[in-house]
Formats: sequence, structure tokens, C-alpha cells
Amino acid sequence: MTIDISQFHGVFFEESFEGLEVMESELLELDASNPDTESINNIFRAAHSIKGGSGSFGFNDITNFTHVLETLLDEVRSDKHKLNQDEVNLLLSTVDCLREMLTAARDGTDIDQAQVKSIHDELERALGNDSVTEAEAEEDNVVDDNDSEAIASALEWHVHFAPHLHLFQTGNDPLRMFRELEELGTLTSAANLSKLPPFNKYDAEECYLSWDLVLVTEANEEQIKEVFEWVEDDCELSIEQANQQEASNVVNVVADKAAPISEDADASKVEPIVDKKKAADKKAGANNESTSIRVNISKVDALINMVGELVITQSMLSQFGEEFDIKNIEKLNEGLKQLERNTRELQENVMQIRMLPISFSFNRFPRLVHDLSNKLGKKIELKLSGEATELDKTVMEKIGDPLVHLVRNSIDHGIEMPDERLAAGKPETGTLNLNAYHEGGNIVIEIVDDGAGLNRDRIFQKAVDRGLIKADEDLSDDKVNELIFSAGFSTAEQVSDVSGRGVGMDVVKRNIHDLGGVVEVKSEAGKGSTFTIRLPLTLAILDGQLIRVGTQTYIIPLISIIESLQTNIENTKSITGDVELYRLRDDYIPVVRLHSIFNIACDSAKLNDGLLVVAEAEGQKIGLFVDDLLAQQQVVIKSLETNYKKVEGMSGATILGDGTVAMILDISSLIRLYREQAEYKTSSAMNNQAA
Amino acid sequence: MATILTVDDSASMRQMVNFTLKGAGYEVIEAVDGVDALSKAKGTNPDAVLTDVNMPNMDGITLIQELRKLPSYRHTPMLMLTTESSGDMKSKGRTAGATGWLVKPFNPEQLLATIKKVIA
Repeated sequence: MTIDISQFHGVFFEESFEGLEVMESELLELDASNPDTESINNIFRAAHSIKGGSGSFGFNDITNFTHVLETLLDEVRSDKHKLNQDEVNLLLSTVDCLREMLTAARDGTDIDQAQVKSIHDELERALGNDSVTEAEAEEDNVVDDNDSEAIASALEWHVHFAPHLHLFQTGNDPLRMFRELEELGTLTSAANLSKLPPFNKYDAEECYLSWDLVLVTEANEEQIKEVFEWVEDDCELSIEQANQQEASNVVNVVADKAAPISEDADASKVEPIVDKKKAADKKAGANNESTSIRVNISKVDALINMVGELVITQSMLSQFGEEFDIKNIEKLNEGLKQLERNTRELQENVMQIRMLPISFSFNRFPRLVHDLSNKLGKKIELKLSGEATELDKTVMEKIGDPLVHLVRNSIDHGIEMPDERLAAGKPETGTLNLNAYHEGGNIVIEIVDDGAGLNRDRIFQKAVDRGLIKADEDLSDDKVNELIFSAGFSTAEQVSDVSGRGVGMDVVKRNIHDLGGVVEVKSEAGKGSTFTIRLPLTLAILDGQLIRVGTQTYIIPLISIIESLQTNIENTKSITGDVELYRLRDDYIPVVRLHSIFNIACDSAKLNDGLLVVAEAEGQKIGLFVDDLLAQQQVVIKSLETNYKKVEGMSGATILGDGTVAMILDISSLIRLYREQAEYKTSSAMNNQAA
Repeated sequence: MATILTVDDSASMRQMVNFTLKGAGYEVIEAVDGVDALSKAKGTNPDAVLTDVNMPNMDGITLIQELRKLPSYRHTPMLMLTTESSGDMKSKGRTAGATGWLVKPFNPEQLLATIKKVIA
């Protein structure tokens, strides 16, 4: 029977990466001078599992590498070795190296062997083994010895086997061993009944018999001994070669505790599988990262429950259909309501399956903060909260990089050096909070630092230098802060290798916007900054406001809508022809007439007859002039790009309850469209509004 | 067909072991650690137990010790999955009442050969 073990690799890699995360987070919290036993145990267990799995699944280089790591951890665990901080850092590098090795094994790519070797040697040095190569040479010799012994002609062996009384209580059966010996050659046996007690003293659970066996086999002594390996402490055993009568050949296995088990031989048997496996992996090549998802079984159970209820509702409804009577209309309505409820719950449950706790994304930050603060000589404490908050897997994958960038930014530019902090009367250690929570249909992620805050004057000056604003513009603090998200903006005088990697905050903002989210910053000089990211929980569903223009229905994402109002013509100001501004309290906002943008008919072009939906995108408010507001509902987003092509002003389409297709408006793209259509007139209107 | 109680905290090892055993026609009861195994063991009577040693909550040695205390498990073959580095694990296991062990790493064929040793 051959089994293709590569089918188990997915789970192995997944749990190994999880194991590495456990190791990393435990190592980061480890106090080298006084390590917590439970932490060391957790680290050891993770390494142990990776080693066991990699061996079984044929990743021998990972096994060898982890073996040294495990040995070191084992010595730490049993107090034979005292860790120091350098070694903790070495262990962290080991985790990184293992991660690379596992990634390479998974994707069938090559790995920097020199780096692996150097960490391997460092681990050996930590263990006090300087002569690494000698040990390896010795190992090779052992294999050779075994091989040479294996080539032998049939010999006669006399085996005396006298089990201890309690042998049966370990679940062992002499018969099993005899069967195994028989497989090695020709076996004859003679039982010694002399110790058998009289029947009234006989205990069926004890073993009174002993045996003298004669085995003619080509197998060597090791192989015979191996049959008795499990019971060597529970019996008297002697194995004697009959052809040579010298006493030196009598081996007492009981005394010989260090009987080598033929593990080297086993390992070499596994090796061909490795080669085959590597070749197969190289063929598969591609990155397997996001193709599978681990789902809590309770979520699957909930789903099955829902489907069960749906089936019941469906059968109930079809019964009404078969023998329809107008008297049952009440019940039919009830059934339909139930169907609606079932469908909604089913939808929510299906969405749940794609939801993962944000801890998957947060987990990398302790290490990042640890490394960065060491590098910069800052003292920073990272506090995480709301790690259990769930969000869609795709959103999570895409928010990773922007989050890293914001955290790097806070560490690099936000939190000050320890002496600066002390001078400012603040605690020496800065605090960086990462919070996540649900708010409405969104997930909110906050990155809060207690650093110096944004420097208004410097940002203003920089923006003027870059031509982003005019030197005499009067901007509110928030508007100035928002400038950091403008393209090509960087306040760091020197580009550091921490946050100045050529990616600006504008990219962060664009990435978040692509996910249908927004990012904003609040800052107070000397007290710190708060970056707030607001994201939809999922990319597949959106809370929308249905609006009507003429005969067309459009959907505006609820997240973009600030308010909707009945227009009052007195508040409207027309400037330079097409451009209309609406006075909204102390603000003027441009009126965007959807019917003219999309060139369709509307009920009435008079502002007094319609409604104004005030929406916001990228810090710009606009008033969308529509004929009517319809329902608010969740809509399933269908991509226009994959099914048709990208359409300016739209982010997608959806199918409504009555089967018609409705377009989902993309406010920021609409603003661009409006600007293009109104050309310079609009831009002056925007400027007026900003002023 | 014989039933085997398998205990491992590693999902991939569990998957590999269970797939192999089921493929060979054995019935498998799965447990994720010693505590889980002990609670599952009480309701059934498997023909063999195959347990990892290093596990959270309850390790394999303690599990074997506890199982041996149960009347229906006095003679059940119990195998430990262990690594070569844990030499004294074997003697600890034996003292606890383990029948034998299978050394990691192992492949499916080695696993089946070992199981066949204890289930005739």
C-alpha cells in the first residue's frame, strides 16, 4: 500500500507556521534571566512538532535544522543550559530561518543555504558543540557499519527469552515477537513450563512461561534484538550465535541499554520520497497561501443548521404551492417571512466562514515593534486590544501592508527617543496601542501612539514647498494633518530605512480606499497621534442606499453618505454657468447632478423637486442631486471589471430583488468625473468650498 | 475491523495517521490531547491506542498511565509516537505501561507495519 503523503503537506505547513508564531510571541515576552517554564515548554513543543512533522513528511533539512534547536530548548527546559539575551535573539533568528525554510519547501523554491548553515552552527556553538563536522562524520560511519553488517549469510541463532511476570500488563504478547522472528527466517521454539504454578495459584494476567528459540536467518543481531526492543526492560534475553561458541558473542540485551535503534536506516528509507516530493512541488510551484482557509467547526455546524431550516421552510412553501387555497395566504406570507429570515441568516453564516480574527494580522507586530525599537534605540511598549475582532480574509490580507506601514511610521516619526521623552516630562517608554473593534457594519482599527504628534508647521511648510497648497492658505488642523496622505509627501528630513521605503502615506490611503475604507488622523502636539482605519467587514456585501434618477436605480454605499436633505433653492448659489454650490450650514458643497453626469432623463431638473444626498470621499463633500430615495439594503457586489470593464463613477453592480441590475456608485470616482466634466469651473468651485 | 484510538495535538500528523489507518481499513477514534483521549476512551473499547508523547493538557505518558488504570484497558496495546532525542521517554513510557513505540519520523508504511505487530 503506498500513500501519497504530499496531500497532508497543506495542514503541516499551516500548523508549522502557527507554531512559529507561538515560538516568536513567547520568545518576545521571554525574560532571559528568569524564563517562565510554561513559555519554554510551549516553545519546545512547537519546535518538537515541526521537527516531527517535517521528518514524517520528508523535509529532512528542516528536521536536521530543528533537531539542533530542539536539543538546545530541551537543555533549557531541563535547566542544563542557561539562556542569555543573545541566545534569545539567536532563537528569534532561528524562527525566521525556519519560516524561510518552510516557505521554500512549500513553494518549491531555493533557500540561502549559507544562512541556514550559519544559524545551525551558532545553535551548535550555543550547545557547546564546536566540532560540528566531526559529529557528522561519525554519523556517516554508523550508517556504513550497519550496511556492512547487513550483508551476511544465514546463521543459526539461539535466543533465550524469559519475560517478567507483568509482561502482559504492557499490552505485549510473546506471540507477536515470535511472528516477527519468523519473518526473519526459520524459527523453532521450545517453551519452558517449569515456572507454571498449580492451577489454584494461577493468575491469567501473569506470564509464567519462558522460551528457547532457534532462528536460522540472514538477519544480523541488531535486527533480532529489534524484535524485542519494546520489552527489553521486561524480560531476560540472550541472543547467541550458535556457529561460534565464544562467550564474547553472548549478548545480554538487558545490560545493553544503549542498543542503537536503526533510525539511520529508517531515515535513509524515507529519503527517496523526499526527492520525488521536491520535484512534484517544484512543478506545482505557485504560492499556495490564500487558497485554503481553516474554519472553526462551530461555524460549519451553524451553517448546516441553517441549511436544515431552509429545507424545512422550502418544503412547507412547496406544499402551499401544490394545493393553493386563498385562505392560506396568511400562512404563505408567514412562510415567506421565514424564508427571508433563513436566507439572511444563511448569508450571515456563510460570510462568517470567511471571517478571521484580526489577531492573524496583529500577531506580527510584537516582533516588528521589538526589532524596530531595538534598531532605533527607542523604548516602546505595544498594547493590543480587540484581537478577536473578526474580518474578511481578503480584507485582512490586503490591510496587512498598510497597517505595517502605519505602525512603522508611528515608531519612526511618532514616538520620541527616551531622553526627549524624559525632557518633555513623559515616561521614558512610549506606548503604541493597536485597537480593533466593530462599529456598525465596519471594522475600526486604531493605531495610537503617545509620541510627539504631527508637526503642523513642518507639514504646512512641506506642503507649500511641494506645491500642494498655497503659502497663504488658511487650513484647519485636520486639513493640515490630512496633507500627509497627499501623493509625494514625506516630512522625514532623512529617509530612514525604517519607514522611508519609497512608499508614502498616499499609497496607504489608496490601498485602504481600494478596500472601500477610509483612514484619518487626529493628532495633538506633544501628546501623540491616532490613525483610524475604517473598513467594511467584507468586500462581497455592502450596505447601500437605493436612489432613483428618472427610471434608473443606483446604489450609494451607506458608509459614504453623511446626510440626505430636501433642497431649498435659496441655499443654492450658481457660479460661472454649470457649477452650482449648495450652502450646507457653514459649508458650501458642489451639487453633482447625476442625470447630467450619466446623461439620462430625470423627473425634474429643478433642485426644489428633488433631494440632495450629501456624500463624502477623500475629504471632499458633494451633494448628489437625485429624484428620490428608495430603500436601504445590503447588496451583493458583482464586479464590473471581471464581467465587463471598468466604468468611471461605478464601483460595481448588483442584482435587485426584482431582477433588475443596479449600478453601485463610487463617490471618489464620481468626484473625479464631475471635475473632468466641469473642468476649470469646478476646480475653482472646489477651491472656494475649501476656503 | 479493529478500532484504534489515535491521539496527537498536531493536525497534520493526525490527518496523516488517520488517513493511513482508515485507508488500511481500521476504524479510527481521534483525540487532540490526553484529556480528550481519556474522555473518549471511557465510552469505547479500542483494539489499540496510538499516542503522541509531547502534548498540551495531558501528555502521552500520563495518558497511558491513566488508561492502564481502567479495567478495559489493562491489556490494550498502547503505542507512543516519539522522537529519537527522547531516549528516556521510552523507559518512562514503558514504566507507565506502554506496549511499544514508533519513532518519528515515520512514513505510512512504517506506521501500518507497527500497527500490524500489535493487532494480529
